[in-house]
Amino acid sequence: MSDLETLSRDLLERIHAAVDLTSLEAERVAALGKQGAITGLLKTLGRMTAEERQVEGPRIHGLRERVAEAITARKAALEAAELERKLATETLDMTLPVATGPQGTVHPVSQVMDELAEIFADLGFSVATGPEIEDDWHNFTALNIPETHPARAMHDTFYFGETDGERRRMLLRTHTSPVQIRTMMRQKPPIYIIVPGRTYRSDSDATHTPMFHQVEGLVIDRGIHMGHLKWTLETFLKAYFERDDIVLRLRPSYFPFTEPSAEVDVGYSVVKGRRVLGGSDAWMELLGSGMVHPKVIANCGLDPDEWQGFAFGCGIDRLAMLKYGMDDLRAFFDGDVRWLKHYGFSALDVPTLSGGVGA
Amino acid sequence: MKFTLSWLKEHLETDASAGEIVETLTSIGLEVEGVDNPAQKLAPFVIAEVLTAERHPQADKLQVLTVDAGTGGPIQVVCGAPNARAGLKGVFGAPGAYVPGSDLTLKVAAIRGVESRGMMCSVRELELGDEHDGIIELPQEAPVGASFAGWAGLDDPVIHVSVTPNRQDAMGVHGIARDLAAAGLGTLNPIPAPEITGSFACPVEIRTDDPEGCPAFYGRVVRGVTNGQSPAWLQQRLKAVGQRPISALVDMTNYVMLSYGRPLHVYDVAKLQGALVARKAREGEELLALNGKAYRLDREMTVIADDAAVHDIGGIMGGEHSGVTEATTDILIECAYFDPETIARTGQKLALTSEARTRFERGVDPAFLEQGLALATDLALALAGGEPSRAIHAGTPPALERTVPYRPRRTAELAGVDVPEPRQKDILRRLGFQVTGDGVWDVAVPSWRRDVGGSADIVEEVIRMEGLGAVPSTPLPRAPGVATPTATPEQLLERRVRRTAATRGLNEAVTWSFISEGEAEAFGGAAWMLENPISEDLKAMRPSLLPGLIAAARRNLARGAESVRLFEIGRRYLADGERPTLAIVLAGEQAPRHWRSGRAQPFNAYDAKAEAVAILTAAGAPVDNLQALEGTSGVYHPGRSARLSLGPKNALAEFGELHPATLRAFDIAGPIVAAEIFLDRIPQKRTSGHMREAYAPPPLQAVKRDFAFLVPLATKADALVRAVRGADKHAITSVSLFDVFTGPGVPEGQKSLALEVSLQPGVRSFTEDELKVISDRIVAAAGKVGAQLRG
Repeated sequence: MSDLETLSRDLLERIHAAVDLTSLEAERVAALGKQGAITGLLKTLGRMTAEERQVEGPRIHGLRERVAEAITARKAALEAAELERKLATETLDMTLPVATGPQGTVHPVSQVMDELAEIFADLGFSVATGPEIEDDWHNFTALNIPETHPARAMHDTFYFGETDGERRRMLLRTHTSPVQIRTMMRQKPPIYIIVPGRTYRSDSDATHTPMFHQVEGLVIDRGIHMGHLKWTLETFLKAYFERDDIVLRLRPSYFPFTEPSAEVDVGYSVVKGRRVLGGSDAWMELLGSGMVHPKVIANCGLDPDEWQGFAFGCGIDRLAMLKYGMDDLRAFFDGDVRWLKHYGFSALDVPTLSGGVGA
Repeated sequence: MKFTLSWLKEHLETDASAGEIVETLTSIGLEVEGVDNPAQKLAPFVIAEVLTAERHPQADKLQVLTVDAGTGGPIQVVCGAPNARAGLKGVFGAPGAYVPGSDLTLKVAAIRGVESRGMMCSVRELELGDEHDGIIELPQEAPVGASFAGWAGLDDPVIHVSVTPNRQDAMGVHGIARDLAAAGLGTLNPIPAPEITGSFACPVEIRTDDPEGCPAFYGRVVRGVTNGQSPAWLQQRLKAVGQRPISALVDMTNYVMLSYGRPLHVYDVAKLQGALVARKAREGEELLALNGKAYRLDREMTVIADDAAVHDIGGIMGGEHSGVTEATTDILIECAYFDPETIARTGQKLALTSEARTRFERGVDPAFLEQGLALATDLALALAGGEPSRAIHAGTPPALERTVPYRPRRTAELAGVDVPEPRQKDILRRLGFQVTGDGVWDVAVPSWRRDVGGSADIVEEVIRMEGLGAVPSTPLPRAPGVATPTATPEQLLERRVRRTAATRGLNEAVTWSFISEGEAEAFGGAAWMLENPISEDLKAMRPSLLPGLIAAARRNLARGAESVRLFEIGRRYLADGERPTLAIVLAGEQAPRHWRSGRAQPFNAYDAKAEAVAILTAAGAPVDNLQALEGTSGVYHPGRSARLSLGPKNALAEFGELHPATLRAFDIAGPIVAAEIFLDRIPQKRTSGHMREAYAPPPLQAVKRDFAFLVPLATKADALVRAVRGADKHAITSVSLFDVFTGPGVPEGQKSLALEVSLQPGVRSFTEDELKVISDRIVAAAGKVGAQLRG
């Protein structure tokens, strides 16, 4: 074995045996530093003849490269081991809880109103609104409920004890129907609207609150009849409850502002103690409806011989309860955050036709 | 309106079952609210005879009976009734029978050591009345072993119908029978028209001096009556429908009213002085009515009075003084027509309801006075005997004859059902309408159908008899293509801010639109106050949404909630209108105690600002131009609140920490922060289609430079930021404040504000000279608001 091979083996062994970066650096200096063994060998090349250099040059350079590579490799290995040791001391308890921020919610009444808007938009209805503090002409008289009509007393009206400039008594609207009047007076037919909103009656018990929400529908056009009313309600309820087996039953009834008038019952069955809409095992009253009374159309300045249509009304709180299973109306207005989080909706539950209007 | 099946069958010849009748009633618009057959609960009770009655060996007040209930052998029963005796026929319940009046089920029992195998029942035990002095005694002809309910005529379902306000004619059994006959359920029996021959002239003068309120007053005297209890059949009928029998003559008026919808009144002639007159009441006149209450009358009310006093609030309720008693011998029967509007107004003013008012204000049949009086007289004679006078017909009832022009096609046009003409004619005739003419029919409306006045009403009559089930579901005409958007900008805004608030972790509440006067007072007072609130707590229309939310927050904290983040979208009710508003209340912990952040942090005014600005940003408000100005309403802490305004007048929102006085008024512990965003004040961007402004990201990177300024403590940060932003509108793209510092190194009375300024180069990078020029401008601009570059 030549001296060079002995040196090579010796250097590589020592590099490999270096236990840390400091001792590795010492080996590097010993081999490749200014006074290093290989540096010393390289210096000898200058004193050699051309022939000797041709033989010794590649051998010495080869040795230098092997040693340099070994140092680099050893350095990487030592660094990796060092990092591993360091990381091993850097653990966190990843089971610790984190805060994801508070969960906001949309109230069921708002959600259902958005659902209604979405369904009826597809049927060509827009959403109309109007004042809640109304006068008795818009709330009653124009709707064919004169002052001495028994139906006025049945409405349990909240009054303000004030009159407006036209000596009309100011009150809280008892239904969303005055918006029918305002719309017919403002806008030429055809009219296709729904009117969701707050309504008020002086009534308070387990199933009635003095404030509640109603949605009204109104169609005024040519050639509209009760068959269209029935189809509209069926179509709406099927879309709203996302069930094809919704069955309606129309019963003759009386509302001063419609003629003929009909109560609308919807079939349901009881599943696990809860009412589930669909089928016709039993019936519950859900909507009031009818063909808009010719007097009401005339009161709004339209010709009842030219225009006719239908109107219907329904409780929004009730629709929400039937679809989502709440059983206490009073809780709707209490603002209990536990209830709101349980029955409320995520901000991203936006009702869409493609995604379904229910959440 | 309640009636029994047997009562109905006096007016309607029918083979229909109770079930069919009930179903038909609902389907023709006379909604059945309930059916109750008293025989159902009495089914286990049979007629029995007491065979023997012996003293109980262990108890003085008890007897041991043997009873024959038609079961073969004698049954031993222990009984405590004093009237129990051998030979008595009564009502027996065997073990297993449920006794409704005592709410117990009978079983074989030993009573003081003697076995008892059933019970002889009292009236109260069977819920047939209040008497409980002894067991029921039946006449000797009662058949032992027979069903008691069947024998006593109690197997007679009571049907409760909800009559809509337009159908006065259905407030009598006859009218209901007419509707059922028209629906094909049988034949209507005609109303009897008894001939009353008066043998003498009516001794009391009857007249109407108020032809408006009481256009017709018919009446007559019957003398020599004996007013005792009415017979069992009549008492039973009245009781079945919830009326208390009083005396034969009073029961007679109720019976005629319930049978024909014809209210009546009967006076004791002995208590009248002079003529009996319908007139307007005099201001301040009083009447002690039959309900025992005194009513003060006014000049708009119609009364029946004699020379001495008022005896009747016309058509609503009679007076105590002139009512009939058992001592009455001569009576005057009143059958009048009262104006519905007058009745309604009087009833509303006096807050007095009665069966008579309910009928008169809906409008009784004006053509049924003479026959009504004859029926009343006939029944009075049958029940109480006596001798009738000739009748007096004072005044004239209004003629309600109307003829409605009607095209038979109208039913198809309005109801969507093609009912053949002969069928339509048949329905109308059965209901009492007369149809003449071809093409356009002339439909004469019967006098009892005040509610029918136009062709739509005729359609309703036809279709309710034909059945609404026949209405075919018919699609609405639909525009071709995809449905077009319908939401208004206001609706879109509301949806957007609602869901933004929810994404920010707020819970939407819905609170009452009315609050207490005191709560409203804390918010500047209510412009609208209810005259008839349901309670004092729900009286004032809210001038702000915050009271409702603060009260909800208080309830939540009281239930142990640690953090309450509520919002509501609704209206504030101001003198000049209803204003759409979004309000936020944050109470309790902003952040709970946590291993990362340490102790729980309360909310502060900046949290409210963050929500307000975030929601305004979502609403499309120009938030960069908003100024946070002082001068919020007094509900906020004056130093920790602001208005977010476009110019000094136009506040889009208010936010801040609530004033301690506000917290005290709501009895809630602070700090609580709140915000109100006035949705109608947010300027709406003009829509210019979907196309956005052209944009390409700048090719060169922005340069950032930090500046620290010393300013007087009172200087608002916003003033400095705005000044710096304005220093070079071209190059400066944003200025953000990242540090506020007072303390070592900052002179007393000053604070250090540190800003990061972003500078956007155009086509080439800034040179050092250019950057220096901009920096100098920034320092100069800051100097104008009293800021000094910190050395």
